[in-house]
Amino acid sequence: MTTPSTDHRAAPDAAGSGGLRLDDVTLVLGDGDTAVTALDHVSLTVAPGEFVVVVGPSGSGKSSLLAVSGGLQRPTSGTVHVAGTELTALSDKERTAARRRHIGFVFQQSNLLASLTVREQLLLPLHIDGRLDAAARARADELLEAVDLTHRAGSRPHQLSGGERQRAGLARALMTSPAVLLVDEPTSALDRARSAEAVRLIAEQTHEHGTATVMVTHDTAIMDAADRVHEMVDGRLS
Amino acid sequence: MFLALRDLRFARGRFALMGAVVALIAVLGVLLSGLASGLADAGISGLRALPVTHMAFNEKATSEQFSRSTVEQEDWKAWAEAPGVERAEPFGNTLIDAQVTQGARKGTQVNLAVFGMEPDSSLAPRPSRGKGLEEGGAGIVITQEIADQGVEIGDVLTADRSKVRMKVVGLVDEAISYGHIGVVYADLDTWRHLHYGLPGDLPEAARQQATAVALTLKPGADVSAVEKATATRADTKEATFDASPGYAAESSTMALIKGFLYAISALVVGAFFTVWTVQRKAEIALLKALGAPTGYILRDALAQVVVVLVGATAVGTAVGLALGSAMVGKAPFSLSAPAIATSAGLLIGFGTVGAAVAVRRITAVDPLTALGAAR
Repeated sequence: MTTPSTDHRAAPDAAGSGGLRLDDVTLVLGDGDTAVTALDHVSLTVAPGEFVVVVGPSGSGKSSLLAVSGGLQRPTSGTVHVAGTELTALSDKERTAARRRHIGFVFQQSNLLASLTVREQLLLPLHIDGRLDAAARARADELLEAVDLTHRAGSRPHQLSGGERQRAGLARALMTSPAVLLVDEPTSALDRARSAEAVRLIAEQTHEHGTATVMVTHDTAIMDAADRVHEMVDGRLS
Repeated sequence: MFLALRDLRFARGRFALMGAVVALIAVLGVLLSGLASGLADAGISGLRALPVTHMAFNEKATSEQFSRSTVEQEDWKAWAEAPGVERAEPFGNTLIDAQVTQGARKGTQVNLAVFGMEPDSSLAPRPSRGKGLEEGGAGIVITQEIADQGVEIGDVLTADRSKVRMKVVGLVDEAISYGHIGVVYADLDTWRHLHYGLPGDLPEAARQQATAVALTLKPGADVSAVEKATATRADTKEATFDASPGYAAESSTMALIKGFLYAISALVVGAFFTVWTVQRKAEIALLKALGAPTGYILRDALAQVVVVLVGATAVGTAVGLALGSAMVGKAPFSLSAPAIATSAGLLIGFGTVGAAVAVRRITAVDPLTALGAAR
C-alpha cells in the first residue's frame, strides 16, 4: 500500500481549521487470506456547515468511513482531522474524549437508552462530560423544540415512533455542539415521506449549527437536500 | 448514577427478583448469626462471665483442658507471686448429674456445670437473690437456666454419684451456661467432692487441687518463667472457649454454613449482573461511542450494584430481626448487633465482589458495534 496520496476532493477552505478531513485513509479489516480492504485510499474534506451524503450498497465501506471519521476505529494508514485535531495521532483515551466533545453520532437503530426519557437522552452526553448545568438543560429544551419533540420530552423510547426516535437521536448528537456530525442510515426504519422529512431536518440543523455533516445511506432517493453527494463502491469514494 | 438509578426504576421487576434473593440470604444470615451467638452463649457464657483475662492449665492437658487439667495449690501460689500477675485464684470445673431431693420439684433430674471457687475470691458470683457462697457451707448459687427447671432457693440437690447434698442459697438471674448446661457456683471443697465423686473426707492429695488457675494478668506480662516452674500453660480467656465441650465444632460448623452462604450470594449476584451486563451490551457500546470513558460506565454499574445490595440487605436484615426476636428464648438464639452488622457487611462485600467480576465485561465492549460497522 504505497500509492501516494491524491487529495483530489479536498475543499481547500476547510482544511486545517474546523470540519472533517480524511487524507488517504486506508482501512484493512482482518489479516492474511481473510483480509478485506474496507476503505481504499479515501480522501474527503467536509467544511463546517456542509452536508455531504455518501451513498453505496451495503458492504461498500460506508460504515467504516463513519467509524474512522468518528474515531471509533483507527485506520490502517492515512490521517483523520476533526476540528483541526489529528484524531489518528491521539491515544485511545484522548480519542474517547474527542468523540465526547467534537463528534456527534446519529445511529441507525436502538440508538436510544431504554430507561431514559427523551429529555434525559439529550442530557446524557453532557452528564458524561461533567457539564450538566442549567445551560445544558436550556439547550436540551431548544433542541427538542427544533426537532419538534417538546410534547414527547417525558416519553421513553418504547413509546415513540421510528421518526420520533430518529429525531431524538439527532437532537442528542447536537447537544455538545459537535464540529462533526456523522449520520448512519437514518431512514432505514422510516417510510418515504418521513425519510425525506428526517433528511431535511438534518440538512437544516447542519446549516444552522455549522457542523460538518456526513450521512451514509443506501437509499438514493433522499439525496436532494445534500450539498454534495459521493458514491462509495468497494471501499473507494468517487 | 445518572443511568444506574433510571435503569433500576425501568427494570424494577428484574431487580426486585434478584433483590428478593439477596434479601432472603440476608434473612438467613441474621438467623444463622443469631443461632451462632445463641450456641456460643450456651457453650461458653459461663466462662465469658468470669472476671479474668487468662486461665493456666496443666501443660499435659492439650485439649478439652477443663476436663483434663488438674493444678495444685502450690501452682496458684506460685502464679500469685509471679511478676505481671494481678490475681491468681483456683478454679474448679466439672459436669455432674443431680436430683432435687428437697423442694417443690422433688425428683426432678438436673444437669449441672459446677464452677468451684473460693467464696472470697473475685470469681465468686454476686447473686441477684438470696446469699452468696460461704466457706464450708455446702451451699450453691444457681443461675437462671437451672431456676427455669423449677429449682428454687432453699431446695436441696443431691449429686447422683457422690451423694453430696447441696443447698441452694442464691440465684444469679442470668442465663449463664457452659457446654449447654446451666452453671451453678460452689465453694472449692464442695466442688472437689462433686468432682471426685466422693462423699465424706477427701484423700489428702485431692484437698489441694483445682482444674485451672484463673488469672488476671497485666497487659504484656511475660509469664514464661512461672509457666515453666509450675508446668502450666496460660491461655487467654477467649482461647479457653475452644476447650469447652463442643464449642470449637459448633463454631466451625456455623462458620462453614455462613461461608457457603456468602459464596452463594456472590455467585447469585455475579450471575445476575453477568446476564444484565450482557443484555446491556448494545447500550454500553452506544455509551462508549458517545464518548463515555469506561470508568464512567463502570462506576455507574458498581453504584447500581451497591444500591441494590444495600437495599436488599437492609430489608432482609429487618425481616430477619423480626423473625429472630420471635425465636429468642425458644432456641439457642441471641441477637448481637456486631454479629449481625458483620454478617450484613460480608453479604454486601461478597455480593459486590461477585458483581464486580461480572461488570468487568463492560471494559471488553467495543464501541464500534454501536455503528453496526462490524457486519
